[in-house]
Amino acid sequence: MMMLTLNATSVSNIRGGNKSDQSLGCWCVLLLLFVSVASAGRDVDSGSNDTGRNPAPEDSHHQTNSTHHKKAFPVLSFNFDHVRKPFEISLWILLALLMKLGFHIIPRVSHVVPESCLLIVVGLLVGGIIKAFDEDAPVQMLDSKFFFLYLLPPIILDAGYFLPMRPFTENLGTILVFAVVGTLWNAFFIGLTMYGVCQIEAVKLGRVDLLSCLLFGSIVSAVDPVAVLAVFEEIHINELLHILVFGESLLNDAVTVVLYHLFTEFSHKGTVTVADAFLGVVSFFVVSLGGILIGAIYGIIGAFTSRFTSHSRVIEPLFVFLYSYMAYLSAEVFHLSGIMSLIACGVVMRPYVEANISHKSYTTIKYFLKMWSSVSETLIFIFLGVSTVAQPHPWNWTFVVVTVVVCFVSRVLGVVSLTYIINKFRIVKLTKKDQFIVAYGGLRGAIAFSLGFLLPDNEMKQLFLTAIITVIFYTVFVQGMTIRPLVELLAVKKKKESKGSINEEIHTQFLDHLLTGIEDICGHYGHHHWKDKLNRFNKAYVKKWLITGERSTEPQLISFYNKMEMKQAMMLVESGSAAKLPTIMTPVSMQNIQPKEPLKRRAIPSISKSREQEIRKMLRGNLQKTRQRLRSYSRHDLMVDPFEEDVSEVRLRKQRVEMERRMSHYLTVPANRQETPPVRKVAFESEHQVYTYDDSESPKGRRAQTNPRPPDEVHLLSESSTRTNQRATPADEQDDQLKLSRCLSDPGPKKDDDES
Amino acid sequence: MGAAQTRTENKYQDLAEKTGFSQEQIKNLHKRFQYLSGDEETISRDDLRKIPALANNPIRKQIIEAFFDKRNQHQDEVGSFQEIGFEQFLMVMSHFRPPTLKTTDEEREAMRREKLRFLFNMHDTDSDGTITLEEYRKVVEELLSKSGSIGQEAAKAIADAAMLEVASTNVPHMGPDDFYEGITFEHFEQILKGLEMESRMHIRFLDVDAPTMHCGKSKS
Repeated sequence: MMMLTLNATSVSNIRGGNKSDQSLGCWCVLLLLFVSVASAGRDVDSGSNDTGRNPAPEDSHHQTNSTHHKKAFPVLSFNFDHVRKPFEISLWILLALLMKLGFHIIPRVSHVVPESCLLIVVGLLVGGIIKAFDEDAPVQMLDSKFFFLYLLPPIILDAGYFLPMRPFTENLGTILVFAVVGTLWNAFFIGLTMYGVCQIEAVKLGRVDLLSCLLFGSIVSAVDPVAVLAVFEEIHINELLHILVFGESLLNDAVTVVLYHLFTEFSHKGTVTVADAFLGVVSFFVVSLGGILIGAIYGIIGAFTSRFTSHSRVIEPLFVFLYSYMAYLSAEVFHLSGIMSLIACGVVMRPYVEANISHKSYTTIKYFLKMWSSVSETLIFIFLGVSTVAQPHPWNWTFVVVTVVVCFVSRVLGVVSLTYIINKFRIVKLTKKDQFIVAYGGLRGAIAFSLGFLLPDNEMKQLFLTAIITVIFYTVFVQGMTIRPLVELLAVKKKKESKGSINEEIHTQFLDHLLTGIEDICGHYGHHHWKDKLNRFNKAYVKKWLITGERSTEPQLISFYNKMEMKQAMMLVESGSAAKLPTIMTPVSMQNIQPKEPLKRRAIPSISKSREQEIRKMLRGNLQKTRQRLRSYSRHDLMVDPFEEDVSEVRLRKQRVEMERRMSHYLTVPANRQETPPVRKVAFESEHQVYTYDDSESPKGRRAQTNPRPPDEVHLLSESSTRTNQRATPADEQDDQLKLSRCLSDPGPKKDDDES
Repeated sequence: MGAAQTRTENKYQDLAEKTGFSQEQIKNLHKRFQYLSGDEETISRDDLRKIPALANNPIRKQIIEAFFDKRNQHQDEVGSFQEIGFEQFLMVMSHFRPPTLKTTDEEREAMRREKLRFLFNMHDTDSDGTITLEEYRKVVEELLSKSGSIGQEAAKAIADAAMLEVASTNVPHMGPDDFYEGITFEHFEQILKGLEMESRMHIRFLDVDAPTMHCGKSKS
């Protein structure tokens, strides 16, 4: 260490006696220090005298007493190999994200062209640049292993975890038909047509055999979830169409996996027997159901684990991510459908985990998933562009063009004919407009490319890859860019902005029960009946095991309501200062909807003894604080109140918390009027003045300015006005504290101890 | 025998035109009606209460009441029946028909209004044309009635918040002394606009001749 400082100071001496350079010199010193420590460390570790030992030129001047066999100590050395891999990865990710930022600065372009297209173009440019500099540079970025193991899972997990369950389950039949039958149809149609084309003498592709064509067909037929997500997210289409196309892209993975493996095996063997075909069908069921089973198992384990995480809230999100990733990897071990496993895990885990984890963990999970999936998506598109440049592209006009045309044709035919059949079973039929969007939204993407890359190396591989890339480019560029104006032109219904209305939630639940009842009266077991049965089973058995404490019995309406309460309170905290408050919230208050009370209710009631004592204690405490405050106020500080400056920030924040408490209160808990005498609520107007009022004046009272209170008194306001029943009080205190602690509890061991 | 059959078919024809069901659907529903009523001409409340699957339904009472509500017969009467015949049964069921591909936009609007009216009548138990706070509280309480004591206390809070929401979206500028009497049908329509009732409030009516479930009840 001393030698280093010696060298550093010697360096600074060289740099100079010039005063103006001394600051610069200091920075250089620090930098050199850092680099030399790094290289010194590496030298200690490796203990070898290889690269990086070039002594800095300054050193050689000073090593007068060193003999020729003793190497000078390197102050600055260059060793890139040490950090090559992480450096390159980080640089790529950084580039991808900067591109993403850049697109939104150019508003015109980003409105017309979907982001995925721009990213592919960037990838092409970068690939071109790299190729130009170094012809032999291995530019193959979209390595299949990298893609399938690292880039794809975050996107799928994000999609699966936040899958809107209601429209998904309602349309499950339709989605499955499109995914399974549609993909099969596509694969065979494309494969057979391409085989037919290859047989034509003029095309000069007679070497291509049937199985290779079928394999090619199966790769290129699958709708890609990444591309669909990227494009559909920007057009905000209505929920039904979104879930149809998106669900199809997720569920066709099983079909793709089976077909791919089937045809690869067959093309090795050379002949196909009926038994093989039968085994193929069996393997489809095994792949899909097995994948779902593995996902469900991991999901349940994950939900069960989350039951015990109340004391280590910071690692909760990690459980979600790791269990899901393990589900994916486990499914891949057995060649089952990893995507379906991942989705099953997310779907199964979500309701229970969300009931158990804290609010902050929920936010963390949401944002981490969005972040990872966003980065993955960006990288995938850029790498797709780069990899395009890296490949040699044997171009056969006929083959490629016919592939593109046939893909489009088969998609349209498939969708139209399947819809005709499906509409016989659907209650709400799919219109022609819907069919068009479903057909047009069948985009191909990087999965097809990666699967193509995994093909065994034969003469056809490059041609196939070229064709696949062309199809991908066509669907992403042409269809992706034109789908938005087409949606506008056809006036397809857009996604409605739902604000989480409590009325809608009440009526959704009401409707569920109503329709179940009507079905029971009609006497046939339909969709609602089974859903109701599942819910009851869930409530009676599963929730007890997988959700902690009393939340296991909380009905859905109440948890929705609590969530809304919290959301609104947070919204107010973020948006409001006190002045803005009355205009944000409409002046409609509890008073407006409660029937008018006879006047004698306004008498001040009595409150319980314990409550009185609490109030007294608080009053005493505040009076003392006031006295302390007054003591430090001196005659000399007339202009500036010393406390105002210091505590203004704290006060503002406390004010906000106070407002949040009040508004959530304001919105939710009314006074108990009819049955029980109103309870006096205590609020602290300023720190030395206590203002008490009973409920009938509450709306006006609330608009008054308040000063901050110590945060440990937050409980009182929320509980005092609702609980008049003594027996209910401890349970509800706990309830409130539970709510509070889940809201604020990272980490909060003290508050958590109160939970029993 | 032949005359009776043609009479039944004519009656079905009338009903089909009135309610919009197809002939097969009406036949199936008639079979179910006869099963529920024990082969009599009318159904009473007890007949519906005896359905075992309904026992788990938290809003069972309201559903049964809706069948006997005169307002759902579209004949501008109020009050309730003691017993209903097949025609009234069918009228109530017709509220749950889905829209078809050929339904025009105006017909969809009318259908939505009809379904929302049905829901409104279920909530407005005293038939005064508005849903008061008390009635709404009752609705939420019934929804949460299977959830024990947690449900009872939160029900009031939820109903109040919901009422506040209706009031604030429909009547944005209320003074502190104005009183919002209750949710009228227009406000109800407004607040549930986003749910698209015509696509959600429907069940599947069997077209083909399917055997009805007997659920362990034997005919006596």
